[in-house]
Amino acid sequence: MTDILNALVLFSNFVLIPSLAYGSQLALGALGVTLIYSILRFANFAHADMMAFGTMVTVLGTWWLQSLGISLGPLPTALLALPFAILAAIGMSLLIDRSVYRFYRTKRSSPAIFVIASTGVMFLLNGIVRFIIGPNDQRFADGERFIIRAREFKTLTGLDEGLAIKVSQVLTVGIAVMLVIALFMFLQKTRMGKAMRAYSDNEDLALLSGINPERVVMITWIITAILATIAGTLYGLDKSFKPFTYFQLLLPFFAAAIVGGIGNPVGAIVGGFVIAFSEVMITYAYKKFFMYLLPQSMAPEGMMQLLSTDYKFAVSFIILVIVLLVKPTGLMKGKVV
Amino acid sequence: MTNSLRPVLAFSIMAILFLLVGFMQSWSVALAIFNLCLISSIMTLGVNIQWGYAGLFNVGTMGFAALGGLAAVLVSKDPVPEAWSAGGLNLLFAVLVAIAAVSAIVLIFRRMSKGPGRALVLSPVIIIGYFLFRYFFDMATQDIEAVNPAVTGYLGGLGLPIILSWVVGGAFAAGAAWLIGKVVLGLRSDYLAIATLGIAEITIAIMKNEDWLARGVKNVAGLPRPVPYEVDLQEADWFISLIETLHSGTLSAFTGDDRVAQLATLVMQSSSIFVKLCYSGLFLAVLLIILTMSIKALNSPWGRMMRAIRDNETAASAMGKNVTKRHLQVFIIGSAVVGIAGTMLTTLDGQLTPGSYNPLRFTFLIWVMVIVGGSGNNLGSVLGGFLIWFVWIEAEPVGVWLIEVSTTWMVESNPVRLHLMESAQHMRLFTMGLVLLLVMRFNPGGILPEGIQKERR
Amino acid sequence: MSFLSGQAMFGGYGGADILNGCTIDVSKGEIAVILGPNGAGKSTAMKALFGMLNLREGKVTLDGVDITATSPQDRVKLGMAFVPQTSNVFVSMTVEENLEMGAYLRDDDINTTMEQVFDLFPILAEKRHQAAGELSGGQRQQVAVGRALMTQPQVLMLDEPTAGVSPIVMDELFDRILEIRNAGIAVLMVEQNARQALNIADIGYVLVTGENRHTDTGEALLASPEVRRSFMGG
Repeated sequence: MTDILNALVLFSNFVLIPSLAYGSQLALGALGVTLIYSILRFANFAHADMMAFGTMVTVLGTWWLQSLGISLGPLPTALLALPFAILAAIGMSLLIDRSVYRFYRTKRSSPAIFVIASTGVMFLLNGIVRFIIGPNDQRFADGERFIIRAREFKTLTGLDEGLAIKVSQVLTVGIAVMLVIALFMFLQKTRMGKAMRAYSDNEDLALLSGINPERVVMITWIITAILATIAGTLYGLDKSFKPFTYFQLLLPFFAAAIVGGIGNPVGAIVGGFVIAFSEVMITYAYKKFFMYLLPQSMAPEGMMQLLSTDYKFAVSFIILVIVLLVKPTGLMKGKVV
Repeated sequence: MTNSLRPVLAFSIMAILFLLVGFMQSWSVALAIFNLCLISSIMTLGVNIQWGYAGLFNVGTMGFAALGGLAAVLVSKDPVPEAWSAGGLNLLFAVLVAIAAVSAIVLIFRRMSKGPGRALVLSPVIIIGYFLFRYFFDMATQDIEAVNPAVTGYLGGLGLPIILSWVVGGAFAAGAAWLIGKVVLGLRSDYLAIATLGIAEITIAIMKNEDWLARGVKNVAGLPRPVPYEVDLQEADWFISLIETLHSGTLSAFTGDDRVAQLATLVMQSSSIFVKLCYSGLFLAVLLIILTMSIKALNSPWGRMMRAIRDNETAASAMGKNVTKRHLQVFIIGSAVVGIAGTMLTTLDGQLTPGSYNPLRFTFLIWVMVIVGGSGNNLGSVLGGFLIWFVWIEAEPVGVWLIEVSTTWMVESNPVRLHLMESAQHMRLFTMGLVLLLVMRFNPGGILPEGIQKERR
Repeated sequence: MSFLSGQAMFGGYGGADILNGCTIDVSKGEIAVILGPNGAGKSTAMKALFGMLNLREGKVTLDGVDITATSPQDRVKLGMAFVPQTSNVFVSMTVEENLEMGAYLRDDDINTTMEQVFDLFPILAEKRHQAAGELSGGQRQQVAVGRALMTQPQVLMLDEPTAGVSPIVMDELFDRILEIRNAGIAVLMVEQNARQALNIADIGYVLVTGENRHTDTGEALLASPEVRRSFMGG
């Protein structure tokens, strides 16, 4: 009996909890990608860099607040800096939309042109972030690190395996859930939210109904900037902030959005967790897990690992490619324009 | 300005830029940039074939370039017989298992109709196939990687002249493109972009982690060269006498030991320039061959059909053109060209470093070259490759210089000034983004637009 | 003086003109039908009246005011409503949300108008929480018309409202359109089913190659042997 409990705790500690946190971060990022796709109808290659930009402002704000001696006690100071970062990201998003995308919107350019323009924006933001904060790893988490430590858990329960839960993980899941609920309330209940859905559903008819496209686009950028900054800050608190790592999150975001069904917000969330869980589960070595569950004589020899940890990032791309091949509309029916 | 004058003017400006670098920095630097410009232009030509001719949105350039690099190792390095005898047999078994499993899966997929029955048969085949493959494969890789891991630990190559690998690299890329194209070409444009971006990342991940293949992140250094080594040149009599004649004017001012020392310095400097010139000659030859073929192809009936498909896919397919097949064709050709350029790059570097492949540098920068040069125009691509690589390299010294000049009023140790100086290298990313966006907005055809004046949306 | 009027309109989508000087008028409480063979420019004339096509020559007036240069969105604000032939509902949204979107520009209480629409099309009240994409073709057309009515328009423009629906549904839909007219709205529609459309039309315009060929009351056109021969198969 205790063996089963030990196995479960082991699984929770190394697979379940990390995947839940990572999945929430991916879901928030994928939501941004999917919203831009459904309203502006292109795959925004600059999304991850907008996330890096927002997070950079959070980091700078955190340092400034720390230098003033302001903190949130057990919670990370970054939460205090977050609102300013969101404002900065919103400002930057709207500035970019004004100066770059609006031109192509009025020309009704093809999605490919938008995508190429977004790679230009990607370069710009990437350069700005590295110019201001540098290319190196930055840690900015402070306050209490753990809600429960592995050692405390062991003494508490008497089990051999420990369970550690980080503050950042709980914050991530909690904030992500609240944010998603708020977003869905907005989309389902408010006039503006419905107008966004209408615009995404049928642009021409939305125009005939008097929905102002520029306003819809503006609100979309604002929401995406909020999502991106929060996702980036949570990711940074959980791990650390490094511009290149953030840039590399672009593909898992796309993977999550497409796996779930691009253009479908529920799909983005489902996709985020599918990608996160597969990344962790496929690269986790199950040797110890099986040692608890199986009798000694059947103990596995190898690591019991499907793919080496080095392929963690590749897993999301592999899933992406498979989904594109087998079911391009994604798990939840997305729109393929 | 007439259209025929434009390329001449553009390339003249490019030449002047190189002369400037030669005089202000050094000729060695100028040649180093020139060689990479040549390789960049070839890559750009490859992407242009896909995007400019056919409107295919391939963002997987990095993967094809890396495959080309792999070819350089696999062709030119000497084989490691110990590794082959240690793991060759198991590797062969692994390959056989993989082939058997994949054919079984394909067969089941084709023969059985969709439903739970197929899934029921399919899943054990996949699971057993995978674990059986891993069984042999893990043994093989373990044995191979154990063979003198500090130096080899991989299967080695064929020990053939590296220049052969340029063809093989193209073939590798073409093969991969065929496989990928079969699968992803049906997707809409931005899906295709995401898929190719992902596949490129997978390629790099494999090259980084499969040590038995090309030592992974431990890198393969010391690739043989297609051109002479500097040390050999410095000892070759013909080279020394060549330098003596070339610099007879300078040397006449010296006598005795001074003259010998002066000559030695000159030989030393010239040997590195000579090597670079050799590379330039080789690369230039490849560029000219590919450029001529591209221009010929674009103006042939085949090229006209390609552009017709690009501009109106529906109409072209209604006229009985097999769009998918043409797309596959052009995808393979373009990727092969990128692969060749990737092999050349690895040859020039003399080593394969999978860790250095970065999508910003190997994919998106190439795209900037295509768009800025002028998509659809081969000469434009060459110019874009030259200009953008030049800017990419020179943005840093120019950025440093600009910051130095604009912060002269600050104290040497001013933290703002120090931070700016340190960050100057990141200006190149910003510059690239800005250049791309400005060209797209104000000169959407690029510097040398496609001949046919057609509004592309 | 007619309420909505397009006078001597010339224009097309780049290239050759499709409209060659046709004139279309419709008054309040009147149904005007545009008929004609394929390629006669029926839908184009309708789009020109709604501002979705730039006129090279001619003008459009609404209640005597020149609106030739007004954008379609602004024409919605002026009381014009347009029901496109295809993709005329938000498929992923419920019937009720479709109607709400129709009233997007209004700031006052829209419940009365929605009840009126439900009175007109009772089936919609029943399916108000169902996604419009799940409805049958005829029901979708009702949603589309209902959405257009939500702005409380003075002019309702319908581009082939009965395309692809069964004859029974068509009769039903025409009955509803009569009710809409009787409420004092100007109705302008393009129709393929000439006979049934002329039955309810107060005035009919027969276009050929972008020009007016016949203009008369619905009854007179129905009686005209030439019109019958050309467009109604005898």
